[in-house]
Amino acid sequence: MTQNIKFIQGNEVCVEAALYAGLTFYAGYPITPSTEIAEHLAIRLPLISGTFIQMEDEIASICAIIGASLTGNKVMTATSGPGFSLMQEGLGYAIMAEIPCVIVNVQRGGPSTGLPTNVSQSDVFQAQWGTHGDHAIIAMTASSHQDLFEITVDAFNMAETYRTPVILLLDEVIGHMRERVFIPEPGELPLVERLKTAFKEGVDYHPYLPREDGRLPMSDFGGIHRFNVTGLVHDMWGFPSNNPTIAKGLMHHLIDKINNNVHEIARYKEYHMDDASIILVSYGCSARSARHVVENRRKRGEKLGLIELQTLWPFPMHVIRNRCANARYILVVEQNMGQLVHLVKMNVARPDKVFLCNRIDGVFISPTDIRNVLRVIQGRGV
Amino acid sequence: MSVKKFIRERFFPHIWCQGCGHGIVLNAMLRALSALGISKNEIVVVSGIGCSARISGYVDFHTLHTLHGRALAFATGVKMSLPGLNVIVPMGDGDALAIGGNHFIHAARRNIDMTAIVMNNRIYGMTGGQFSPLTGYGMKATTAPYKNIDHDFDIAELSRAAGASYVARTTTYHVQQLTEMIKEAILHDGFSVVEVLSQCPTNFGRRNKMGGAVEMMESYKSLTTPIGSKAKQENPALIERGVFVQRELPEYCSEYNAIIEKLKKGTEK
Ligand SMILES: Cc1ncc(C[n+]2csc(CCOP(=O)(O)OP(=O)(O)O)c2C)c(N)n1
Ligand code: SF4
Repeated sequence: MTQNIKFIQGNEVCVEAALYAGLTFYAGYPITPSTEIAEHLAIRLPLISGTFIQMEDEIASICAIIGASLTGNKVMTATSGPGFSLMQEGLGYAIMAEIPCVIVNVQRGGPSTGLPTNVSQSDVFQAQWGTHGDHAIIAMTASSHQDLFEITVDAFNMAETYRTPVILLLDEVIGHMRERVFIPEPGELPLVERLKTAFKEGVDYHPYLPREDGRLPMSDFGGIHRFNVTGLVHDMWGFPSNNPTIAKGLMHHLIDKINNNVHEIARYKEYHMDDASIILVSYGCSARSARHVVENRRKRGEKLGLIELQTLWPFPMHVIRNRCANARYILVVEQNMGQLVHLVKMNVARPDKVFLCNRIDGVFISPTDIRNVLRVIQGRGV
Repeated sequence: MSVKKFIRERFFPHIWCQGCGHGIVLNAMLRALSALGISKNEIVVVSGIGCSARISGYVDFHTLHTLHGRALAFATGVKMSLPGLNVIVPMGDGDALAIGGNHFIHAARRNIDMTAIVMNNRIYGMTGGQFSPLTGYGMKATTAPYKNIDHDFDIAELSRAAGASYVARTTTYHVQQLTEMIKEAILHDGFSVVEVLSQCPTNFGRRNKMGGAVEMMESYKSLTTPIGSKAKQENPALIERGVFVQRELPEYCSEYNAIIEKLKKGTEK
């Protein structure tokens, strides 16, 4: 059998993986550096009788995919910072109404229009806290095209498993870089299909009554069960309620279904961690430079290790707590003013041993940038 | 004619004030659907936020109660993904034309097959009487305590210009005409707008000294006239009722489907 190997941009990998996962509906609004996702899906989706629609803005885009998810489709939208800001309202709706969907944010630099064509990783906190109210979210990322393929498929699977929006937090380097990727055969990666209710017509179906395992079987719009979906606090029928017991129960359900499953959701990779005394923690494109430094230093016998996080939210604190317990120093490598570094500090015994190596100027962080910070930490002068 | 079969009795009583026009619109909508004999499973009601938008919860169809102003965007996702469904979108005037104005003109421009029922009470009812884009110059609202200096839209003109292929207007007083218009709008293949002047005695009538619900409804009789009537020529201030636009234009889902069909033929060769 010939292997299906492609040499493509990360944005195209995301498209290939989404289609592999079963994507049938995409709505979006063009924005650099995510636009290639829309352009490729505009070609690909009609070929499989799927739907591509360019909406009037990102608010409408996320609303449209939520509507299409309710008729039984696997759905996605893609954007960058300014559009991701506009999507926060719809994101909260999808969390509240428990609608499976995937939202890609190919991050760019700066607040506002910022640095449209440059790299950044500064939407990490926004991915979790951009939309108002208490809630939990799943956000994932990757540093290579092969990983990106798997993580994208994972994102769709988790959206179905937990009935929730999943954010793919990519960055400009990953989105635009060309790299080899091996496209798996159908069936090679497991896919999670939508859990549908087995209730027959005429039986009172409760769309928001979780099963014992916390999952909620769905029924498609247009199908035999008619029910209400709302962004208001709602009871098991999906009808608005301001009963305190119902409100409290719903909040716990929405947060617990994700945060209590952090062990299942956490994806990460480790390099040379067994005896590491200096640990680098990184994610996305920054992890590429971090890995380069770790591999080179190991060749010189220095005990450096790397934890590359692929799940950023819910934050896999157990990974950091357990794997960093014996570290002399921890260096968080990311391209923002320090976001993940706060989470790492919160989860280690000696936060004063956690340092940040960052870049905020739109330039891809290099191994030299990391080496320069290491020199200071290791007391070798500036 | 029984419309009870379309009601979710479990969720009553409703939240509307006594004399609110929105209940009349609900009734007309259900009578129209009953007369058309469409199966309940083929109807999706999508609404935003507002007193008007609460209609969706009370009816036994697939119902999607969404975000303020965004109903048409959600509805577009539902309709594009399953074009066989009948999509009805009850909206408030603020919902449709302030926060949702952009979605409104773009849904009209695409001519996507759905029915927007704009329940125009000229005020933000749910939040207690702030002015909307339909309140009108010189009127009073909690956020226009001296007088409103914002001019209003003409919903019918706006809809026509934006590309809607069915546009009609009536009032809660003319409830039979309303039922007929909703029927026509649902049957029409394309984006349909039915504007209904619907009274909000609590937050618009009272503040503007228009009396209660009965007086407001009576004013709908005296202040409106059929499109092109002699009365309108004599008194241009009268508001016209009737069907403003009914035209055949390519429908969005059909257009998209034609592309899919063409691609299929292309790959078969
Ligand atoms: C994003 C957002 N902004 C503001 C509100 C508050 N709000 C709720 S309903 C409403 C206006 C309702 O007026 P209209 O749409 O005309 O419907 P009515 O209540 O008069 O039927 C407003 C401003 C909201 N829910 N969401
Ligand atoms: S506030 Fe106005 S629109 Fe709202 S229910 Fe009362 S009368 Fe109706």
